[in-house]
Amino acid sequence: MSTPRKMNLVDTAFQRVLLFLIIILTLLFYPLLEPPYLSGPGWQSVLILPLLAYIILVLVQRYRGTALPPVEMGVGLFLLAYVPICLSSLRGFDGEEAPRNYWTTVAACALAAWLLNDLLSGPKYRTGWRGTFAKFAVPAIFSLTLLFLWEVLVRAFNVPFVLLPPPSAIGVRIANSLPVLAADVNQTIFKAVFAGYAMGCAAGFVVAILADRFLFLRRGLLPIGNMVSALPIIGIAPIMVMWFGFDWQSKAAVVVVMTFFPMLVNTVAGLTAAGHMERDLMRTYASSYWQTLFKLRLPAAMPFIFNALKINSTLALIGAIVAEFFGTPVVGMGFRISTEVGRMNVDMVWAEIAVAALAGSVFYGVIALAERAVTFWHPSIRGG
Amino acid sequence: MNALASPTQPATATVTAPVIEATGLGLTFETGDGPVHALSNVDLAIGKGEFVSFIGPSGCGKTTFLRVIADLEQPTAGRITVNGMSPEEARRQRAYGYVFQAAGLFPWRTIERNVALPLEIMGYSKAEVAQRIARTLDLVNLTGFEKKFPWQLSGGMQQRASIARALAFDADLLLMDEPFGALDEIVRDHLNEQLLQLWDRTNKTICFVTHSIPEAVYLSTKIVVMSPRPGRVTDVIDSTLPKERPLDIRETPEFLAIAARVRDGLRAGHSYED
Ligand SMILES: Nc1ncnc2c1ncn2[C@@H]1O[C@H](COP(=O)(O)OP(=O)(O)OP(=O)(O)O)[C@@H](O)[C@H]1O
Ligand SMILES: [Mg+2]
Repeated sequence: MSTPRKMNLVDTAFQRVLLFLIIILTLLFYPLLEPPYLSGPGWQSVLILPLLAYIILVLVQRYRGTALPPVEMGVGLFLLAYVPICLSSLRGFDGEEAPRNYWTTVAACALAAWLLNDLLSGPKYRTGWRGTFAKFAVPAIFSLTLLFLWEVLVRAFNVPFVLLPPPSAIGVRIANSLPVLAADVNQTIFKAVFAGYAMGCAAGFVVAILADRFLFLRRGLLPIGNMVSALPIIGIAPIMVMWFGFDWQSKAAVVVVMTFFPMLVNTVAGLTAAGHMERDLMRTYASSYWQTLFKLRLPAAMPFIFNALKINSTLALIGAIVAEFFGTPVVGMGFRISTEVGRMNVDMVWAEIAVAALAGSVFYGVIALAERAVTFWHPSIRGG
Repeated sequence: MNALASPTQPATATVTAPVIEATGLGLTFETGDGPVHALSNVDLAIGKGEFVSFIGPSGCGKTTFLRVIADLEQPTAGRITVNGMSPEEARRQRAYGYVFQAAGLFPWRTIERNVALPLEIMGYSKAEVAQRIARTLDLVNLTGFEKKFPWQLSGGMQQRASIARALAFDADLLLMDEPFGALDEIVRDHLNEQLLQLWDRTNKTICFVTHSIPEAVYLSTKIVVMSPRPGRVTDVIDSTLPKERPLDIRETPEFLAIAARVRDGLRAGHSYED
């Protein structure tokens, strides 16, 4: 692939650079020459200046035959200039036809984002601070591109608001309803999910240890556990409301039932993960049951236990939200979703979904971090 | 052929009750496709302070015999005593240290924590643990690797760490199953010397499984030759070498004569099989 010439542009894939140059050349002069078509507020034209400076720099360096500035920078500056213009131009064409160069610009932005991610996944961005940067930048650029296309398509084609609101409307709704969202998160996540998750996981773990100690429990409980894991447990939500009332306790109870069995099944499986030789070794030390459990079998079971903790973090969130559909006080994420969708306030529904997604990711991420810290020795984590 | 324990050893002068005494010992594994006679009619007595090597073709029951001594496997015929007790009682009294064929270090513990494992279980004091870690790691030349994790070490270093782990606590009996099988020749020579010195200094009884004739002859006061199907003892050779053994003793005619006898014993076992 690489050519003997020592130039950044040619060192990376030649075709991609060509594509990049064509995009720039065809699009750069459109909005400048025909201002009515891509019609952002005037100050936005300023955003094109860094891109122009970059292009001039490329031409100068090329003329002088010295090293060129990195392509990534050019692609990034291109996106910086054109994405805002695309977004603000949307304002104009309710009912009218889209400006003539509009879709080419959108396509160029999407292509440029793709190109940028491709470049950021290259060999230069595997290690060091560049690697760390790319690890966060690539998914961010990827999701921002999806949001951008969502926004542009929904608004350009006038998709009815109740079917799919644009992300900007959802963002505005989130910003305007922070107290309500905070109350819902407090009710559903901080009360129902956390209490239920902690109790369900702890109970599953303790029963797994008992099942390990007493064979009859293992024989009797595990088939039930496997069966219940396959059931849509959420169906018990109305029963839990009858048992524990309308408030968060009944939701926590649903979460307890949902998280108990995955933890039980995984921990029991994990307790068999220690090898024969390691067990024999403990036997030669005349180690007691509890010593063997704490020094060998539980550490060896940790990957399994964290697997259950991760599965359960998702289950708990789903369980608590859906359980609220079956009766709750007038607060909670599930309650908000079910009532606002009845009032056609879909932006609020999406706002709750976005908050749930964020909370779920943070929850999952914290557990995954703890997993890395605890099972650092496992080949899947130490990268062996 | 049944071997007799001769109470008078050229290298060990102690005349006491045998540490290990097996009479008519047999072990048959019931497997899916019929019984496997791993050990059959083994008679053997090992005195205190002896260094006994077990040598024989693969599958002749060397590991199984060590596991029976360690109470990891129950014999199906005959009887065996360890320190005059049943193997189970001996195990409960932590009478032996066992070095497995593979290192078997716990990947979540550093090397020093791995060596500390038996000490923690047996309830040694903190100061005692620290002092023993330093001493045994020094013995196997792993000083400086205390804080490393097993997967950061080479296979040979891991094996040495597992030897350190078995040496960390005071057991008079050391059972070693091909401990140096994975090591290069030079390290092996070095560890052989170290092991002899350790044995000399501590007066431990050592049962040592190996596939190497020179290693067996160099180390042992007694060489047990075994043959497979069914696993049994075909010859027991008492070494006439002096207790003081520099590495170049391996070139002496006396050494070579013993090695030749071991080789003959192994050959006999093989031809029996065909
Ligand atoms: N748990 C078991 N179940 C069934 N058969 C077994 C079991 N353990 C060992 N055997 C059989 O017993 C015989 C002796 O095995 P053993 O491991 O003692 O051999 P070995 O002399 O140590 O061989 P190597 O030199 O290869 O380590 C073999 O035929 C083996 O297949
Ligand atoms: Mg073996």
